Amino acid sequence: MIWIDTIIQGILLGGLYALFASGLSLVFGIMRLVNLAHGDLIVMGAYLILVLVTLLGISPFIAVLIAMPLMFVFGYVLQKHLLNRTLGDDILPPLLVTFGLSIALQNALLEGFSADSQRLPTNALTTASLDIGPITLGVMPLLTFGSAVLVIVGLNQLFYRTELGRAFRATSDDAITASLMGIKPANIFATATGIALVIVTIAALYLGLRANFDPNIGPARLIYAFEAVIIGGLGSLWGTLLGGVIIGVAQTLGAAINPEWQILSGHIAFLLVLLIRPRGLFPRASD
Amino acid sequence: MSLLQTKELTAHYGDFQALFGVDIELGEAETIAIIGANGAGKTTLMRSISGVLRNDPNAVTYDGTPIGASPADEIMSQGVAMVPEGRRLFPSLSVEENLLIGTYGRKIKGHWTLDTVYELFPILGERRNNPGTALSGGQQQMVAIGRALMSNPRVLLCDEISLGLAPVVIKDIYQAIPQIKTAGASLIVVEQDIAQAMAVADRVYCMMEGRVTLTGTPDSLSRDDIHDAYFGAGH
Repeated sequence: MIWIDTIIQGILLGGLYALFASGLSLVFGIMRLVNLAHGDLIVMGAYLILVLVTLLGISPFIAVLIAMPLMFVFGYVLQKHLLNRTLGDDILPPLLVTFGLSIALQNALLEGFSADSQRLPTNALTTASLDIGPITLGVMPLLTFGSAVLVIVGLNQLFYRTELGRAFRATSDDAITASLMGIKPANIFATATGIALVIVTIAALYLGLRANFDPNIGPARLIYAFEAVIIGGLGSLWGTLLGGVIIGVAQTLGAAINPEWQILSGHIAFLLVLLIRPRGLFPRASD
Repeated sequence: MSLLQTKELTAHYGDFQALFGVDIELGEAETIAIIGANGAGKTTLMRSISGVLRNDPNAVTYDGTPIGASPADEIMSQGVAMVPEGRRLFPSLSVEENLLIGTYGRKIKGHWTLDTVYELFPILGERRNNPGTALSGGQQQMVAIGRALMSNPRVLLCDEISLGLAPVVIKDIYQAIPQIKTAGASLIVVEQDIAQAMAVADRVYCMMEGRVTLTGTPDSLSRDDIHDAYFGAGH
């Protein structure tokens, strides 16, 4: 029974990793941009929510609604005026610039908030749990997983049911021909990064509610996100959710055997998937 | 006054100069054909007009406005649509989505809608949910033409629409051109197939090595004139 419980906890933890990874997957899928500052942007989102909670005295669940449009605008401007300039045939400039951005963000957060770890204020809901038969499930992990599924369903609807989604796919296929159809690729890319940062803000909410955070934890979140995206297959959103779940289950199983093995087990699962399926579980035909 | 005009148009790819002062003119409701061998600069000319290659603002004027330095999406929004060489359909999009992308972000009024494009090319209606790239070459070309028509352009640029297609398929595609003209578009048709170009065009420009070497109405040009302009005298 304890193993079933462990696996279910792992699946729910996978929801958090899928939230970390969805924004990364979206941006990579549309513009082949690997954003090395993704983890630091999640941490920045958590601080933004913390500031709103502290200044306005509101619940983190309300604060996230204010933070989302702010992060969208930040993402739009960041892509339009900085990251778009790095896109081209050479894959090195976006890596270097987002790596620099990662360092700049970490230092700015250190300067502004010090290295002390912080946490978003929790209430009864965040510590509540549900008993389902012999298994006890935390409300927070359930909310996290539910949010991850909603985010991925929402992104799929956006991609396959809307005019903007059509433009995303067309621009991803061929930006020059898309511009011949009246689409501005620079604006499409900026909108995509804006949406990615809205998802980052949701991830930041759960990051800050579930555990402590400080300015230096971004790169480790990036690694989990990266592994989830690669396990799932680059650009596949449902694959990203499954990738998150695989890492989550591997981590909880590893921790159940020996608590020191939690992080290592996730990375080993990642390596095993890569050995068997080097292009991930659901690769796109054209990549 | 001409609807679209290039004046002393030049183009470079790095150090390589592809166009040397090209002047062409397209009148309202007119169809012109640009013919020439591989490497004559025809596609470069289309890429310069459509904004894929930027230029001096006054090198291209459309409806009296300089557009030579405008980006492709603005030129398209003003009414100059392109059927690019090699069709360039979007592989992630179905046939119908490929057509709809031609109307992105705009409410467009005019003759061309999904329904009228499906009337023009009935096979596309039957295969509307297939991925665009799963179609035969000729059908893909129909999608590429339909996609450009969906914006109801005043000028339609057709770059090598017969390239790589069987003669019977080319005939099907060229049968659509009179209807496109009747619906109110002026056309620039780039062709290597001289007979096809002569049949649809009001005027013909022949290009060689980045320059216009001959121009006139199809009736006024002799076989020898065209041969010399196409391959160079002495061939």
